[in-house]
Amino acid sequence: MNDIGLFHFLFVSCALFFIGVYGFLTRRNLITMLMSVELILNSVNINFIAFNKFLYADKLDGLFFTIFIITIAAAEASVAIAIIINLYRNHKTIDVEETDVMKF
Amino acid sequence: MLSTSLIILIPLLPLLTFVLIALVGRKYFPSLCGALGTIALLTAFILSITVAYDYFFVAGKVGDVYQQIIPFKMTWLQFSPNVSIDMGIILDPISVMMLVVVTLISLMVHFYSLGYMKGEERYATYYSFLGLFTFSMLGLVMSSNIFQIYIFWELVGVSSYLLIGYYFDKPSAVAASKKAFIVTRFADLGFLIGILILSFYAGTLDFQTLILRLTTQTDQLHTIVAASFLGCSALTWGLVLVFIGGAGKSAMFPLHIWLPDAMEGPTPVSALIHAATMVVAGVFLVARLFPIYAISCPPALDVVMWVGITSSFIAAVIACTQTDIKRVLAYSTMSQIGYMMFSLGVSRYGGENGLGYMASMFHLFTHAMFKALLFLGAGAVIHYVHSNEMKDMGGLRKLMPITHITFLVACLAIAGIPPFAGFFSKEEILQAAFNSNKVIFGIAILTAAITAFYMFRLYFNIFWSKDYHAHSDGHHEPHHGEAPGTMLIPLLILGVMSVCAGFIPFGKLVTSDGKFLPTEFHPTFSIAPVLLATLGILIAWSFYKTENSKPQKMANGLSGLYQGAYHKFYIDEIYLFITKKVIFNLIGRPAAWFDRNIVDGFMNLLATITGKISFIIKGLQSGKLQNYAAYFFAGVIGFVLIFIYMWT
Repeated sequence: MNDIGLFHFLFVSCALFFIGVYGFLTRRNLITMLMSVELILNSVNINFIAFNKFLYADKLDGLFFTIFIITIAAAEASVAIAIIINLYRNHKTIDVEETDVMKF
Repeated sequence: MLSTSLIILIPLLPLLTFVLIALVGRKYFPSLCGALGTIALLTAFILSITVAYDYFFVAGKVGDVYQQIIPFKMTWLQFSPNVSIDMGIILDPISVMMLVVVTLISLMVHFYSLGYMKGEERYATYYSFLGLFTFSMLGLVMSSNIFQIYIFWELVGVSSYLLIGYYFDKPSAVAASKKAFIVTRFADLGFLIGILILSFYAGTLDFQTLILRLTTQTDQLHTIVAASFLGCSALTWGLVLVFIGGAGKSAMFPLHIWLPDAMEGPTPVSALIHAATMVVAGVFLVARLFPIYAISCPPALDVVMWVGITSSFIAAVIACTQTDIKRVLAYSTMSQIGYMMFSLGVSRYGGENGLGYMASMFHLFTHAMFKALLFLGAGAVIHYVHSNEMKDMGGLRKLMPITHITFLVACLAIAGIPPFAGFFSKEEILQAAFNSNKVIFGIAILTAAITAFYMFRLYFNIFWSKDYHAHSDGHHEPHHGEAPGTMLIPLLILGVMSVCAGFIPFGKLVTSDGKFLPTEFHPTFSIAPVLLATLGILIAWSFYKTENSKPQKMANGLSGLYQGAYHKFYIDEIYLFITKKVIFNLIGRPAAWFDRNIVDGFMNLLATITGKISFIIKGLQSGKLQNYAAYFFAGVIGFVLIFIYMWT
């Protein structure tokens, strides 16, 4: 009962995921939104690791996936930041509410 | 026999000049275009004469019957194994005769126009149109296929339209060209339906097969006679509809209204198209299908006969009151074509009964000569006095001696005075009418007398009446002598033709069945028409030789009739009433309302609905990233819920 089981991991990752979603939908600052996306990705990573450990302890598939995701997250972050910087240069703002020129 | 390529060259030469002048000549050598057209036509004319000689005297006869020869034929459009539209050339007595008439008159007009149209701004364009017309007319007379004739039929219609509207800066010319096009087009609708009916039942578009199938006892003939609509057989309908097309082109009552207005075109054009060649296309068409009319469907021929005689008489009466010399000639053309029509109408196929057919073709030939001469003479007069009105003329006989003599010859020819051309052909027609229908004969002989009267009214008014003095404004003082030589030579040639053409033995050459038809000359029969014609001339002489008050008294005495005829029996007004008041109000306006409100309304409704909906939902595309993300999550959650629901 004192052991930390699969359920605990899933609870953490689930909480992390919704915190990320909440942050993505409510924050106005693009950098903060990028951080929320990172939270979502990390919740997925925790899921992979937890399932790997508790269900298929003799395999490493989950680990590999996690490493892939970290790599891609890094690339994604750099692209996102590049976009944000360009946005700032053109609009002098990184407030997502004000960058709504692409509409009807 | 001439080689095929030379025969094809006859219509192709005018086409070539048309293309050449229209594409390059107009721009680079406009002043040479007239000579180019004339030379091409001269070549075509020489070829036609050779073909005619070969056909009539060397190769045309098998035994003692003239054959239909098809030197050239190619399939142009194949509909089904049996039905196709061909392009071909047919040589038989009428087409060879028309070949000579068309190329001769066209040559004369080309030559005459060298002088008449000199200095015109669109001189080259004029010659290109003449080339187009000549090509189309030659194609029409040589067509071996009923659809081919329809194509060329429309082509002559369009060339006529172009040439009537030649002076397109004159509103009256524009109106006249439109009127001619619309009226003939309306009649051509009948022609097209007629073609479709005949070819549907006969299962072919080819003239030879069509005539063969509809004149001998075949299945096709039995079905087309058995099929009936509104009490008449399909055959009668088909033939009458084809005749309506012919009547439109030939200006038969009541579709004649375009012809007098068509005189807005240049005078040589009136001579070529609206007197000698195109307007007889209707007669030619009936003659081409004559075996079907005569053998299988005499009632249709009765229609031709009555329409012909009505037009002939009405036009003659109207011609007596007109003061524009070209309009007088236009009505006389209509009257003479009426003669040809009823002459076909009283005729039957073969042997003695085919006299009317022969007479009609004979009259077509002679009429082409003297009517072209009359128009070209009138052109010379107009060239001299710069007016179409009789009141501006008078006393021109000394100023224009050659025009005067040739005009007199043509008037005598059309009046039917021996030995001029019109006498012979008119005698044959009257004889044919006498043999078959006494009522027709009576009207015809009366018309002949009226014809003599109005032609000499015209003649005396132009050349006698009073001394010539130029317009009151003075600046149209005759600055030149008679017309230039290029205009006088065609007058002389046609004058000689008007004297001699009557002696051509048409009975030997052009008959309904291709066999020799002996024509007898009955001096006693000729007495009455000649006396009546002379009487007409004498009345005209006493009225118009010198200016006097007799015509005015006569007009007052017959005021009702005179006014009616002067206003062309109000036929134009009736047409205007029918189209503007009846058709526009009863059909046009409701149709326009339906189009504007129902058809357009439905389309507008669709557009409005689409617009409204997009206006409502366009807020979804807000440009706000977080809104999109919220929709996305909502969608994902929606899918998740659906999957969970489906899997449990």
